[in-house]
Amino acid sequence: MDFAAIVVLEILYMIAFLALISAGLAIVFGMMRIINLAHGEFVMLGGYATIASAKAGINIYFAMLVISPIVVGVIGLVVERLIVRFLYGRMIDIMLATWGLSLLLIGLVTLVFGNTAVSVPAPIPGYQIGHYQMGGYNLFVIAVAALLMCAMWLALRYTRVGLVARGTMQGRDVVAALGYNPSTVYMLTFTVGAALSGLAGGVMAPLTGLLPSVGGAYIAKAFITVITGGAAVIAGTLSTAALFGTVDQVVSFASTPVLGEIAMLVLALVLLRLMPQGITGQFFRNST
Amino acid sequence: MALSRRTLLHTASATALAVGLPLWRADAASGPIKVGCIEDNSGVLDIYGKPIVMANAMAIDEINAAGGLIGRKLELKQYDSQSDIALYTKYAQQLVREDKVDVAHAGITSASREAIRQTFRRGNTLYFYNILYEGGVCDRNCFCTGTTPAQAVEPIIDYAMKKWGNKVYVLAADYNYGQITAKWVAHYVEERKGTILATGFFPLDVSDFGSTIAKIQDAAPNFVVAALVGGAHISFFRQWAASGMNKKIPLTSTTFGVGNEHLALSPAEGDGILIAGNYSPELDTPANKNFLAAWAKRYGNAKIVHELAVSQYQGIMLWAEAVRKAGSVEREAVIKALETGIKIEGPAGTVAVDPKTHHCALDIHLMVVKDQKLTIIETAAQRPPSDTAQYCDLMKNPDDNKQYEVKI
Repeated sequence: MDFAAIVVLEILYMIAFLALISAGLAIVFGMMRIINLAHGEFVMLGGYATIASAKAGINIYFAMLVISPIVVGVIGLVVERLIVRFLYGRMIDIMLATWGLSLLLIGLVTLVFGNTAVSVPAPIPGYQIGHYQMGGYNLFVIAVAALLMCAMWLALRYTRVGLVARGTMQGRDVVAALGYNPSTVYMLTFTVGAALSGLAGGVMAPLTGLLPSVGGAYIAKAFITVITGGAAVIAGTLSTAALFGTVDQVVSFASTPVLGEIAMLVLALVLLRLMPQGITGQFFRNST
Repeated sequence: MALSRRTLLHTASATALAVGLPLWRADAASGPIKVGCIEDNSGVLDIYGKPIVMANAMAIDEINAAGGLIGRKLELKQYDSQSDIALYTKYAQQLVREDKVDVAHAGITSASREAIRQTFRRGNTLYFYNILYEGGVCDRNCFCTGTTPAQAVEPIIDYAMKKWGNKVYVLAADYNYGQITAKWVAHYVEERKGTILATGFFPLDVSDFGSTIAKIQDAAPNFVVAALVGGAHISFFRQWAASGMNKKIPLTSTTFGVGNEHLALSPAEGDGILIAGNYSPELDTPANKNFLAAWAKRYGNAKIVHELAVSQYQGIMLWAEAVRKAGSVEREAVIKALETGIKIEGPAGTVAVDPKTHHCALDIHLMVVKDQKLTIIETAAQRPPSDTAQYCDLMKNPDDNKQYEVKI
């Protein structure tokens, strides 16, 4: 019974992890159709922002929930203005540009922080279920992911800003005719996407050692989640995160983490073969 | 014949090569002695590699400052393999064929050693592997100066089983080091009538250990042995501490500390982990104090010195001692000198070559992590590489070229 509870918690944690690292990409790729190959590096920068702030004596929660998103959001803003805005609609060019950006960011971070693993301790102690000891911080990650998904859904569905953003992605000219500047909307959307990546990096920082090259570990999972999710940002991310997280953890518990990841990748392949438009191309079609 | 610029360049460079090469060849016997090194100075393994690369430069400069060897200066050829096995093979070829080095001190992971060892053997280039490893390499051209499981793993198992009990859970990196070390762990545990509850292997990029930690609790071992390697695997120690397990099940490691992991973790996360090895910066000997002072003088501070850096430094010094004794850098002469059972006093104590196995007898310290320091509990002086010695006798079979594994 206790063991079942542990397994459920680990599954929830994996779902939260996937949802967190995919949220920023879901906005940038899912809404704006930009293949941002520097997404992993945005997450990595968020991690470094948190660790650097925490080492400077700033409260760690403030660092990960406020500083990391702001820092990476600003970086995203600069990137959008300097690079991405010239390339909207040119998918291959954007891929190349952001890939170059990803290499540049890895190089810069290596230069500043060194190519060594850095880390901060998790701020929440473990707790006990039956005779099992669990990482308390995992619960925090789950809570953050849940809140984030709710906030994104409310913002996209019920606020004017969300409506304008969604409208711009669907019909740029119509929105322009209604008096909004599509260029500004794109800029802000990209910035928000980057900020969410930064948040993910900050929140994940205490759980893993951070290396400049860590983005590579995130980007594959994030892309698989978002692409398999399909067009709907929230419903797509959540449904794939739930599916992949469950499969990954169940297989991990039954065998090894390595087979867990393999199972997840195989599942993604099969799903994309059956549903080329992603899960939300098939189900939950009218969701956000 | 029209002489285009291209053919002119071709001819000119070919002539230059033809004229220059013999000159350079003739120079080789009297020019500097070349020491070739390949280590990961960047990438996931650079927690090990960076200090090793620094140790190379320091050792070579120290020997040169003392007048060089047999009247010749040393020249260091250092390559960065960037935690990429493919680069090891490439640079090993380069050291043998182009640089024509007199000795190679190269490799960090066992995978990298096995990628390059045969290249040096075929190229008749004397090869030193100065890193703690899973033992068993039996190759006359290769000297392994780091610790092996009989030296560093057995004392941990012995101490831990006496103190905590006989049910053991093993976690290991998924390549030859982890696989073979896990076998040795099982061997020593079973020799003492203990049981291995389970063994988990992890590729070097795995950083999520949540399900593993739950499985360990389910198995309820008396203690855990972690033979994990590299930056991503540090996550295990952090997640172990984050779940509070570090207060419940004792943790031992065959690798912790050699990459300065105890500095990457906070005191609360690292305290209590039991390790055994050849070196602790806390060693209170004049040789170690001088070494750390020289390092601090050269590089600012000596915080990043770890066992592998010291081991590399000792390996180079051991080779230098053999060259002095042989009066030559010629491979056969140096091997013969090393096989006299030559010894040096290094920062980690006496390093004495075992002629039969081409490994070294080393002082082993049982240590516990406390306050980001490796505090010594007990010391066994001059432990022999008895694991490799079970299979390997290069005095009898000089042509042996194998890595032996324990059978369980």
